[in-house]
Amino acid sequence: MAILVDKNTRLVVQGITGREGEFHSRQMLEYGTQVVAGVTPGKGGQTACDGRVPVFDTVREAVEATGANSSVVYVPARFAPDAILEAADAGVDLIVCITEGIPVMDMIRVKAYLDQKGARLVGPNCPGLLTPGEAKVGIMPGHIATPGPVGVVSRSGTLTYEVVYALTARGMGQTTCVGIGGDPIIGTRFVDVLEMFEADPKTERVVMIGEIGGNDEEIAARFIAERMTKPVVAFIAGQTAPPGKRMGHAGAIIEGGEGTAAGKIAALEAVGVQVAEHPEQVAELVATAG
Amino acid sequence: MKLHEYQSKRIFAQYGIPIPEGDVATTPSEARAIAERLGGPVVVKSQVLVGGRGKAGGIKLARTPDEAEQLAAQILSLQIKGLPVRKVLVDQAADIRQEIYLGVVVDRAAARPVMMASSEGGVEIEEVARVNPEAIKKVHIDPFIGLRSYQTRRLAKGIGLDPALHRPFDRIARGLYRAFVESDASLAEINPLVATGEGGAQGLAPLLAVDGKMILDDNGLSRHPDLAEMRDIDEETPTEREAREAGLSYVQLDGEIGCMVNGAGLAMATMDITKHFGGAPANFLDIGGGAKADRVAAALRLILADPNVRAVLFNIFGGITRCDEVAKGILTALEEVKPQVPMVARLVGTNEEEGRRLLEESGYAMITATTLAEAAQKAVAAARNP
Repeated sequence: MAILVDKNTRLVVQGITGREGEFHSRQMLEYGTQVVAGVTPGKGGQTACDGRVPVFDTVREAVEATGANSSVVYVPARFAPDAILEAADAGVDLIVCITEGIPVMDMIRVKAYLDQKGARLVGPNCPGLLTPGEAKVGIMPGHIATPGPVGVVSRSGTLTYEVVYALTARGMGQTTCVGIGGDPIIGTRFVDVLEMFEADPKTERVVMIGEIGGNDEEIAARFIAERMTKPVVAFIAGQTAPPGKRMGHAGAIIEGGEGTAAGKIAALEAVGVQVAEHPEQVAELVATAG
Repeated sequence: MKLHEYQSKRIFAQYGIPIPEGDVATTPSEARAIAERLGGPVVVKSQVLVGGRGKAGGIKLARTPDEAEQLAAQILSLQIKGLPVRKVLVDQAADIRQEIYLGVVVDRAAARPVMMASSEGGVEIEEVARVNPEAIKKVHIDPFIGLRSYQTRRLAKGIGLDPALHRPFDRIARGLYRAFVESDASLAEINPLVATGEGGAQGLAPLLAVDGKMILDDNGLSRHPDLAEMRDIDEETPTEREAREAGLSYVQLDGEIGCMVNGAGLAMATMDITKHFGGAPANFLDIGGGAKADRVAAALRLILADPNVRAVLFNIFGGITRCDEVAKGILTALEEVKPQVPMVARLVGTNEEEGRRLLEESGYAMITATTLAEAAQKAVAAARNP
């Protein structure tokens, strides 16, 4: 068991003939992900990744021809909202958007539409999903992870890899690693993933990696107090971040005194979550959490 | 990207929001000419991209053109929170009966825009939220149907606005929301919106946007070239501007340890850990994926341009990009930039041993570390005793 993606995932790659799309499609195939189709408008009928993946003009055609049930979006920011909506309209259940730089107003409309359709979006501006030994969807380096009982959810990319790498080195494998993305408006938030990990019989412990900006960590803290039985270890990046400055991620900004690391750490500690002082401590705390 | 008050108010005016008569001056004599043209008392307002202008002496009332010229000279010589005042806005002074707050922001948790109104205008909304949160009334806005009049009536009633002002309030609120959406803003705020006591006769507005502020979504700027042109050079330090133009994500801080990291989250964690071990980060810097030599070189030049930097800490996670490739990128960059401060490198992930070996055997005085804690401690020590 795992959450969101596994060996039954049948993936369509939107933007498969682009540089990023092609490169990561090869990586995903190598990992064993079932990449069943690609979409690039105007390139239907061709193939990608040395003839291994058929390319379609539209997501609907790809779904009809291959039974794809998930999609990953690598298209540039100005086309990405359209790509997400197209996947939702074609009946894809899970859409993972890697693209960075989508305007907030576009994402507000996309999310409102997706909520009506009942499609799940992960991202945008995220590294994607990795269920070790089964499937990877996105850009996470597959070889740093190994199957095991720890669920990982994070707003960040390399910081997540760092923690996953340390967990693996200590012999603690992962059920699924979920990068939810660093934008202000994202499809799937901490609480959604925590709920899935709580329900997943294979996940025994959970790592949550947050950062400054917004109040999703505070909302997660309430959820953990009320609904979670499994131990959660957290790390929050940005304790030294100045207010009013965006720290790389569009969503990582302290505004009007809200969204500070100190506030998030206090909210999590108040409900009994162990918060690591630095990323390397996360694996230590997971090893002893119980 | 932040807009100045005068830029924000000009956008508001395009959406039918009444603003005071006024114009921008860069010299005292221009300020005088504007005051003469307007007649009557004027307000001379510094245009800088920080809050607290009033407290800093950057906003003054002038009764005559003479006084406007004098005050403009005074204000134009000020530095407010480190920013030089280069422009003043000279506005006709308004008769203020009541001050209201009206603003639109994105509610991240609700994933929608939210309009907020408060009867306590003229103070920062964060202050009102802390001291008297019940004074703030909110309505969430559906992105497909927009802000409706029944919602603005709810706000108007909620803040106890005179019923005679509900209709002009509705026009202003809906105009403000349209300005917000059509500019791809992340904040559009009128504070204060002033009840002038005028009845709307002789074209005098009963409600007037006396101050305005907009922050634009950087990701939306590419479709608003007209707005992108309004960027003020003082919004960023020269280094931050250089970084933006080089496609690097950089924020200048006031510590002594230059940080070069791949990934935003890891970059913040690296800053935090230098503080944890008694140092202070000089910057946030995300060099992105790949860590190619030219990007590393550009990033290194930015870090070293800061005279406070006493040591540089490289913290790179090699995922799909291998650590040995990153090490080669760093070495090529060092040949070009030739830093004079100690450097600590920690490479972790794919091919980390090979990456470390390349750095150690390079002949550069590069201190290597395996853990982040070790790297941070070594960087803090190196910055103290170079």
